[in-house]
Amino acid sequence: MSTPLPFYQTGTFAVGGRLLDEDDRAVQSDPERSNAITKGHRACQGCGEALGARVVLDAALRAADGRLVAANATGCLEVFSTPYPESSWRLPWIHSLFANAPAVATGVAAALRAKGRTDIRVVGQGGDGGTVDIGFACLSGMFERGDDVLYVCYDNQGYMNTGVQRSGATPPAARTATTEPLGGHSGNSFGQGKSAPLIAMAHEIPYVATATVADLRDLEQKVTRAMSFHGPRYIHVLVPCPLGWGSATGETILIARLAKESGLFPVFEAVEGRITSVARIRHKVAVEEYLRRQKRFAHLFAGDGRPDVLARLQTLANRNIERYGLLDDADEPTDIGLLDALATSERGPV
Amino acid sequence: MRKQLEGSQAVAQAVARCRPEVVCAYPITPQTHIVEALSRLALSGELERCEVVNVESEFAAMSVAIGASATGARAYTATASQGLLFMAEVLFNASGLGLPIVMTCANRAVGSPINIWNDHSDSMAMRDCGWIQLYASDNQEAVDLHIQAFRIAEALSTPVMVCMDGFVLTHAFEPLDVPSQEQVDGFLPGYEPRQVLDPDDPMTIGAMVGPEAFTEVRYLAHAKQIEALDFIPQVAEEFRERFGRASGGLLDSYRSEGAETVVVALGSVLGTLAEVVDELRDQGVAVGAVALKAFRPFPLEELRGVLGGAQRVIVLERALAVGIGGIVSSDVRTALAGLSVEAHTVIAGLGGRAITRRSLHALLAQALAGQLPELHFLDLRTDVIERELERTRDGGRPGPHAESILRDLRIVASGPV
Amino acid sequence: MFSVRIHGRGGQGVVTAAELLAHAAFAVGLEAQAFPSFGSERMGAPVTAFCRTDDRPIRLREPIAEPDAVIVQDATLLHHVDVFGGLVADGYVLINSARDIGQLGLEELLERHQPSRIVTVPASEIARSHTGRPIPNAALLGALAALCGLVSLDGLGEAIEQRFGATAAAGNSAAARECFELVRSGRPLSETAHA
Repeated sequence: MSTPLPFYQTGTFAVGGRLLDEDDRAVQSDPERSNAITKGHRACQGCGEALGARVVLDAALRAADGRLVAANATGCLEVFSTPYPESSWRLPWIHSLFANAPAVATGVAAALRAKGRTDIRVVGQGGDGGTVDIGFACLSGMFERGDDVLYVCYDNQGYMNTGVQRSGATPPAARTATTEPLGGHSGNSFGQGKSAPLIAMAHEIPYVATATVADLRDLEQKVTRAMSFHGPRYIHVLVPCPLGWGSATGETILIARLAKESGLFPVFEAVEGRITSVARIRHKVAVEEYLRRQKRFAHLFAGDGRPDVLARLQTLANRNIERYGLLDDADEPTDIGLLDALATSERGPV
Repeated sequence: MRKQLEGSQAVAQAVARCRPEVVCAYPITPQTHIVEALSRLALSGELERCEVVNVESEFAAMSVAIGASATGARAYTATASQGLLFMAEVLFNASGLGLPIVMTCANRAVGSPINIWNDHSDSMAMRDCGWIQLYASDNQEAVDLHIQAFRIAEALSTPVMVCMDGFVLTHAFEPLDVPSQEQVDGFLPGYEPRQVLDPDDPMTIGAMVGPEAFTEVRYLAHAKQIEALDFIPQVAEEFRERFGRASGGLLDSYRSEGAETVVVALGSVLGTLAEVVDELRDQGVAVGAVALKAFRPFPLEELRGVLGGAQRVIVLERALAVGIGGIVSSDVRTALAGLSVEAHTVIAGLGGRAITRRSLHALLAQALAGQLPELHFLDLRTDVIERELERTRDGGRPGPHAESILRDLRIVASGPV
Repeated sequence: MFSVRIHGRGGQGVVTAAELLAHAAFAVGLEAQAFPSFGSERMGAPVTAFCRTDDRPIRLREPIAEPDAVIVQDATLLHHVDVFGGLVADGYVLINSARDIGQLGLEELLERHQPSRIVTVPASEIARSHTGRPIPNAALLGALAALCGLVSLDGLGEAIEQRFGATAAAGNSAAARECFELVRSGRPLSETAHA
């Protein structure tokens, strides 16, 4: 490409990238692209997960030259995409259980290896509950053994399929059906957090990345990069859930962007356990900007509000900004070791 | 050719000759020798084109088997006891998906109290998980059943569990014939999956099914097992023709023709039982035995056929359904419905308690004298129970039964002090 | 049918002894079944293993309660475990010890059973001298072969070779042979020791 194009001209949307050279264009900008998931699914309006899964799998399909198998955990994605007798999937796809998607993917990879089929690649995927909670042992086992699987977590920060209950990925102060702001409680408690990406890095697997559906180009590129490695790889994608978050269905992308721009959800990639690049904050916003648009945080703003809780959440964002070097004027963030990161942190990314 | 082999080693060799492509297992006593041997065979290259996956749990073991089987690979695993229960959810899933996985269950008790010895609590707890369950009466049959299991599983596209008594069979060392590679190849064709994850022909496996079709999908699983009632004997017959020995089938009757009293049992107790039947027959007592080889599907008609002429049926069970007694007995009673046959449930051999000739003779004498209750516990130490109940009646905090009884008997878990 | 019960401790190759015996019996055309008294694998814990031989297929799956022969691989078990429980009247007893039956305080055994069939052998020392390790299992089987003729020394040698690597097999076979000769010579017989 001759002249670098400004961000607003390439955009992050599906049609974006048509001004770029052909090789640099988004998978989604290609009308001839394969369609991993097609019309007929029953996702809610504004579903971040449906968008994330489409972009991830289309990019993976391109990288694998169409030779891809997906193993899916139980959850929204599985339920809304395969209502009998229809399926929205246009790639070989298996759903077994809630907790075992990484192990099923391992089994697929093992079978392909036994058969000498090096042409077919394997993706495992699940929501945050299936990944960071109930399926975590299988995920860790898959990482530790070095199985040749790309695992993608679509993180909507709660058990949305069962009616919005708290998961290990639910952020502090969020209201869910099991963390109501009652009796003086301000929603989900402030804990130590559970950062699946950092734990994945601790397994020293070849590739770990986080992304949001606000920057689909970035997500595509990370999937493409992940597919260039063999062995276990992990991508953690923030996918807003209008139902569970109480956000406007038309603001899914915006909210995902605010999660990143506020510093609450750091977007980075790591190779062999060390962070190698960070998506900088372009327009820094206070966490309040992000929280106000979601009813799950409405209790923080009702009446006199909870400035104390907001301050704690802002502190978390600030710590992420410092730890990952998310601001433009921050030091070059490359080569941050996991231990360095943990040494300066009280909790993982929110 | 017969060689002196440990049951587990022989089973591992037989499984290897079935050319599994993915073997995934998590260690649990008494299953370990089987998967250790398979790992060695794969690592040494003797078992070619096989991936051995050392998983982090039984839950993962069955999950890996599902992924592998759905990708068109012949998949095998083995477990026992708590391990079988830890994979419970995945067992239902494997059968629901119709994946022809073969698994060995090295039968072992289920805790608490923790107990590593043999009984059938594990596989009986999973009797309704949709798997075909075959029980080996001896180690030769365990070897042969594994070879038949792959054939049955793949022909019907349904998983098969081969149950062999932990320790009693897995750790017994005796002359066994492991069929040669050529023999097995001649009997077991390559795996032709009915459904496969293939980019050239993408399909969705494991879709969500609502009330509009769930019953039909479940019915088809049942129909498949009913089909197995015909197919299992066919496979056993073909096996007999090719290998020259009878193994498997739905059931095996031992001197039960004309028997007034017939003992129905599963697994390794059949050997000891046959000795007792011979001794009693020599004394002119009309007793016989029936070995149930297939428990799921349950051979109702065949069983009715062999038991219908008896006056008394004793179901010898190595598992206890707390709150009712027998498990196999319920099904046997269904088979006997409408017949004037007296049925007894005898719970025996729990947690590794040996079922001896002496005990069986006493049991049969009691039955012949018309003194056997409907539910009986073989060799139950009522004195121990009385003392413990007495302690419990004292009130206060008597503590857990297991520990109190061990203290009472001056036993440290696995043997006398 | 001939039944042998072997008592020892975890780490002494008790289960292996039963398997070697079964293998050796199979080598001379007998049916043979060996099995352990299943338990957790712990070094030093009392272990029992069983071996049945017969000229017809063996169907019995119960532990051996009335053995035709008892091997005690560790004399420290004598006062903890009922090693001679159920031993038939004309049964054989083989104890791994450098002491004689009297020194072991087992005179009573001589009264109840045929004294010529009650033998002690210093199998650990003999094993150590041939293999460098005091694992007495194979050596004791050599003694048993001489004592009751259940298996041949050649059959035992074949079982040992099949089971162990070349060096260990040679040492164990030599230890078995020395014990065989020792018992055959009659020197360690309890009566002699008493005389």
